[in-house]
Amino acid sequence: MEYIIIIISALLVNNVVLAQFLGVCPFLGVSNKVDTAIGMAGAVTFVIVIATTVTYLIQIYVLNKLGIAFMQTITFILVIAALVQMVEIILKKVSQPLYQALGIFLPLITTNCAVLGVAILVIQKNYNLIQGVVFGASTALGFGLALIIMAGIREQLELVNIPKGMKGVPISLVIAGILALAFMGFSGIVR
Amino acid sequence: MNQLQNFTKGFFKENPILVLVLGTCPTLATTTSALNGMGMGLATTFVLIGSNVVISLLANVIPDKVRIPAFIVVIASFVTVVDLVMQAYVPSLYETLGIFIPLIVVNCIVLGRAEAFASKNTVLSSLIDGVGMGLGFTMALGILGTFREIVGSGSIFGFKFIKGDGILVFILAPGAFIALGYLIAIINRFRRT
Repeated sequence: MEYIIIIISALLVNNVVLAQFLGVCPFLGVSNKVDTAIGMAGAVTFVIVIATTVTYLIQIYVLNKLGIAFMQTITFILVIAALVQMVEIILKKVSQPLYQALGIFLPLITTNCAVLGVAILVIQKNYNLIQGVVFGASTALGFGLALIIMAGIREQLELVNIPKGMKGVPISLVIAGILALAFMGFSGIVR
Repeated sequence: MNQLQNFTKGFFKENPILVLVLGTCPTLATTTSALNGMGMGLATTFVLIGSNVVISLLANVIPDKVRIPAFIVVIASFVTVVDLVMQAYVPSLYETLGIFIPLIVVNCIVLGRAEAFASKNTVLSSLIDGVGMGLGFTMALGILGTFREIVGSGSIFGFKFIKGDGILVFILAPGAFIALGYLIAIINRFRRT
């Protein structure tokens, strides 16, 4: 039950992009086509799950043990950058098709604040390892959900006449706002 | 480019939020009121100045292949300093901004300026660039924060001028997206004519 609450909360109620504003840059950047959106969502999910596990273990067994919790920001960002690089190398060796699908998105993920954000949130919320991984995975799915919905809308948008000043980023932001309004309908499901 | 242009480009021509649309995450999240937005802006400005100066000093020492990780370490160090200082001296603001203080480290503006400007220019120009860009960012956050505070809760800098609530949605998440969208639309409209 506890896990179901974490999943619904991270996926719908506190959606990472539309309610917590993490990962807005890639959300605006790669939501032009549904195909690329799916690729990006897959890559982010992959990295967030691995990164959450590794940073959690480092926080508990290294930083807290040595009493240097203030080094959290530096350590986490380096771990994430190294992990992304490693995932890229391993994927290239192990699975060529998966690398073709996710490869171009991987370098972008280091600066996706959702990854670092989730790693820090897991520590702040005092989750245990399994709760942390479930939280990370469902947050990533929430990111994917928002991204794919957005991409679907923007594909339709290419066929419409948009006022000159609103083209590009502004109209995307306004649509994201309306999506966020829709997602607010979920609030109240979990406290 | 003279130093005055170098300073003012952060406000108008290359404003990081309104023109380049970088660093949208903290922009949307922390502008629930004018003070929160400006607090976030000043914290980022400090990191930007510090990292710009240090990186322009170290640019010749750092090997080209490992420059991005090296930049990130410098930036993360300054973010940690800001984090600890704010926790000690402005605990209430620190609570409100929460997770977005450590997240300055992945703010595209900071790494972007390090890579595009500080690593190629002198210390003085990098310092001025950092101040200009940082204050331009703060200005944009201030405008957005003031607007959302006036419409959303009917107050300016914490002083209420109406009874009851404002249009609550502007304080919440959807209002942030819509307000920033229209702000950029207005800027675009005037920039192109």
